[in-house]
Amino acid sequence: MAAPSENTSSGLMVKAVREGIFAGVIALGMFILYVGIETYQDIDNRLVWRTRWGLLAIFVAVAAIGRFLMVGVIKPHLDRRKLAKAKSGILEISEEKSFFHRHFLKIALIALLLYPMASVWLFGTQGSLKYVDNFGIQILIYVMLAWGLNIVVGLAGLLDLGYVAFYAVGAYSYALLSAHLGLSFWVLLPLAGILAALWGVILGFPVLRLRGDYLAIVTLAFGEIIRLVLINWTDVTRGTFGISGIKKASVFGIWSFDVGSPNYFPKAFGLATSSAYYKIFLFYVILALCLLTAYVTIRLRRMPIGRAWEALREDEIACRSLGINTVTTKLTAFATGAMFGGFAGSFFATRQGFVSPESFVFLESAVILAIVVLGGMGSLTGIAIAAVVMVGGTELLREMAFLKLVFGPDFTPELYRMLLFGLAMVIVMLFKPRGFVGTREPTAFLKERKVVSGSFTKEGHG
Amino acid sequence: MEYFIQQLINGLTLGSIYGLVAIGYTMVYGIIGMINFAHGDIFMLGGFAALIVFLILTSFFAGIPVALLLLVMLIVGMLMTGLWNWTIERVAYRPLRGSFRLAPLITAIGMSITLSNFIQVTQGPRNKPIPQLVTDVYHIGAITISLKQLIIVAVTSALLFAFWYIVNKTPLGRAQRATEQDRKMAALLGVDVDRTISVTFVMGAALAAVAGSMYLMYYGVSNFNDGFIPGVKAFTAAVLGGIGSLPGAVLGGLMIGLIESLWSAYFTIAYKDVATFVILAFVLIFKPTGILGRPEVEKV
Repeated sequence: MAAPSENTSSGLMVKAVREGIFAGVIALGMFILYVGIETYQDIDNRLVWRTRWGLLAIFVAVAAIGRFLMVGVIKPHLDRRKLAKAKSGILEISEEKSFFHRHFLKIALIALLLYPMASVWLFGTQGSLKYVDNFGIQILIYVMLAWGLNIVVGLAGLLDLGYVAFYAVGAYSYALLSAHLGLSFWVLLPLAGILAALWGVILGFPVLRLRGDYLAIVTLAFGEIIRLVLINWTDVTRGTFGISGIKKASVFGIWSFDVGSPNYFPKAFGLATSSAYYKIFLFYVILALCLLTAYVTIRLRRMPIGRAWEALREDEIACRSLGINTVTTKLTAFATGAMFGGFAGSFFATRQGFVSPESFVFLESAVILAIVVLGGMGSLTGIAIAAVVMVGGTELLREMAFLKLVFGPDFTPELYRMLLFGLAMVIVMLFKPRGFVGTREPTAFLKERKVVSGSFTKEGHG
Repeated sequence: MEYFIQQLINGLTLGSIYGLVAIGYTMVYGIIGMINFAHGDIFMLGGFAALIVFLILTSFFAGIPVALLLLVMLIVGMLMTGLWNWTIERVAYRPLRGSFRLAPLITAIGMSITLSNFIQVTQGPRNKPIPQLVTDVYHIGAITISLKQLIIVAVTSALLFAFWYIVNKTPLGRAQRATEQDRKMAALLGVDVDRTISVTFVMGAALAAVAGSMYLMYYGVSNFNDGFIPGVKAFTAAVLGGIGSLPGAVLGGLMIGLIESLWSAYFTIAYKDVATFVILAFVLIFKPTGILGRPEVEKV
C-alpha cells in the first residue's frame, strides 16, 4: 500500500509544480503591462511611464505559489476529508443545538441594542462616533436595503439590478420636500416610502412581461435613467452639486439636534455638546427601521400575498394556472421592496445632510444585490451576516493604519476597498454559490417545522 | 443636410466601436446564456493595453510609422484581453457552470468591480491623455471626414468579415454554433465544449480590445471607469439587434451610435445616455427578441 501512495503523492507534487509554473506564466502575461508598467503624468502634464518589476514579481509569485498550494496541499486535504466523512457513514445530525445557536436572534438583538452604549463606554463620547456611525449605521443601512431587495429578489424571484433608484427616490423626496415644504423627518419618512412604492409600481408595470436577464437589464436601465435625470434636471436637483443642508431628524419633534435650538437634546439632559448623541439616536432609528422590515417580511411570508410571491418564484406558469394574479403579485413585490428602499433613502438623506447623484450609481445596486445573493437569497439572517462581512469588512480597511508600517507610508488601504469587495464577491460565490446560510425555513409545512437546504428553493425566472 | 450627413458619419464611427463590443456580449450570451458584466471592463483593459504600448513604443522608437504603431497596439491589446478573459472564464465562470443562475451573474459583477478597481489602483484614478495619433482630415464639400474615422470603420469592417468567416466557415465556428444550439448534444458528438466556450471568450475579448484601442485613438484619453457606460451601451446594442445574433450586434451597434450622435445634434447632449437607456427599455418591453433575434419559447 505504501509504494503506490508514495507514487501518487510525488505525482501530485509534479502536477502541483507544473500547475504553479503555468499559473505564474499566465500571471506574468496578465500583469506585465498593467502592474509592470506604471503610467503617470510628469511636470509638463505629459504621460510617461516607468517600470515596477518588483511589484510584478510579487504578483507572479503570489499567483504561482497560490496555485501550487491549491493543487498540491489544499485540494488533496479537502478531498481526503470528504472521503473520510463518506467512509465513516455517519451524518452528523445533532438535534441538540448549542445555547448560542438556539437563542441567536435574541442575543443579536440585545447586542445591537447595547452596541452604542458599549462603544460610548469603551471609547468615550467622541471616540464612539466612528464605531456607531461608520460601522453601526453604515452596516444597518445596507442590511435594510438588502432586506428590502430580498422581498423582490429572494421572495418573488424578480431580478432587480436598479434597486438603488428607489433609494434615490426616497433620499431626494426627503431632501426636496423638507427644503420646500418644511416638513419634518417623521412626516416625510412614510411619504418617501409611499413615493418610492409608487415608483416601484410605475417602473414595475412595463416590465411585467419580462423575465430573467432581460428584467435585470431593464431595471438596470431604469436605475441609470433616474440617476441621469437627477444629474441633468438641475433646476430641481442642482445636478451633480447635490442638495446640502438637509434638516436633521428630531426625537419626534420634542427634542432637536440643532445646536442653536432651545430644546437641544444634550442640553435638555444636561450632557455636553456633541454630535455623537445624534448618531446614537440615528442608530436606534435605523435599527427600528430594519426590525420593521424584518417583521413585515416575516409576517408577509405567512400571508396569501407572501405565499403568492414564493409560488411565483418557484414556477410562474403553475402560478398562473392556479389562478394567482401574477400582475398584482409582481407589482406588490416591486412596491413593497421599493417602499423599504424609500425609507432607507430618506434615512440616508437625514443622516448625511447631503445627497447627490454620486451616491446612487449602479455599483450601489450591485453591492446590495451581492449582499442578498451572498447571504443566501430569502434568508434574513444570512443577508444580515453578509452585510456585516462585506460592508463591515470594507469599512475595516479604513481603520488599518498599521498596514502603512508594512507597506510604507504611501500605502492607502481605502483604495483597495472596492477591489477587495469585488474579489470577495467572486470568491464567496465560488465556494458558497447558495450563500452564507444554506438553509431555508419554509412557512408551509406538513407536521413539524424543518429547515430545508437552500438548493430546494428556486431562484425564479423573472 | 451637410450637418445631418456629418452627424451620420460621426454616428457610424461610434457605432462601429459599440458593435465590436456588442459582439462579445452577444456571443457569450448565445453560447452560455450569461450576461458577461465584465465585458465592458475588458474593453477598458484593451484601451489601457494600447495606451501603455503606445507610451513604450514612442519612447523607444521616436519616429515609428503610425500604421505600425497602431498595428502593434491592436495586436498586444488583443493578446492581453484575450488572456484576461480566458483566465476570468476559467477562474470565475467555469466552476459555476450548471450551478444556479444568479451565481455567474454575481461573479461577473464582482469581476467587473475588480477589474476597474485593479486599473484604478495600479494605474491611478486620473484621466490618461495621449497625443493625437492620426490628425489628417478630408473635406468633401462642407463635410469633414477624419482619417481616424476611416480607420475605425475600415478596421471594424475587416474584423467583422474575418469574424464572420471564422464563425460560418471553419470547424471552430461550427463547434461554436453547435454548442450554442445544444451544449449536451454537441458534447456527445465530440465537440470539446469547454474549449469552445474558452475560445468564444477569447474572441469576444480580442474584438473588445480592438474597440478599446479605437476608442483611445478616437477620444485620445483613457480612464479606469470607461468600461461601464460603453459596456452598457454595447449591451443595449446587442439586445437591440437581437441577442445571440452576430449581424444583429453590429446592426444594433450602428443604430445606437447613430441615435446617440443624432440625439446630441438635434436635441440635448445632456440626455443622450437617457435616450440610449429608454431605447433599451422600449426594445426589451415591446420586442424582447430584438431586430434579428430568434423568439424564445416559454417551456413548462
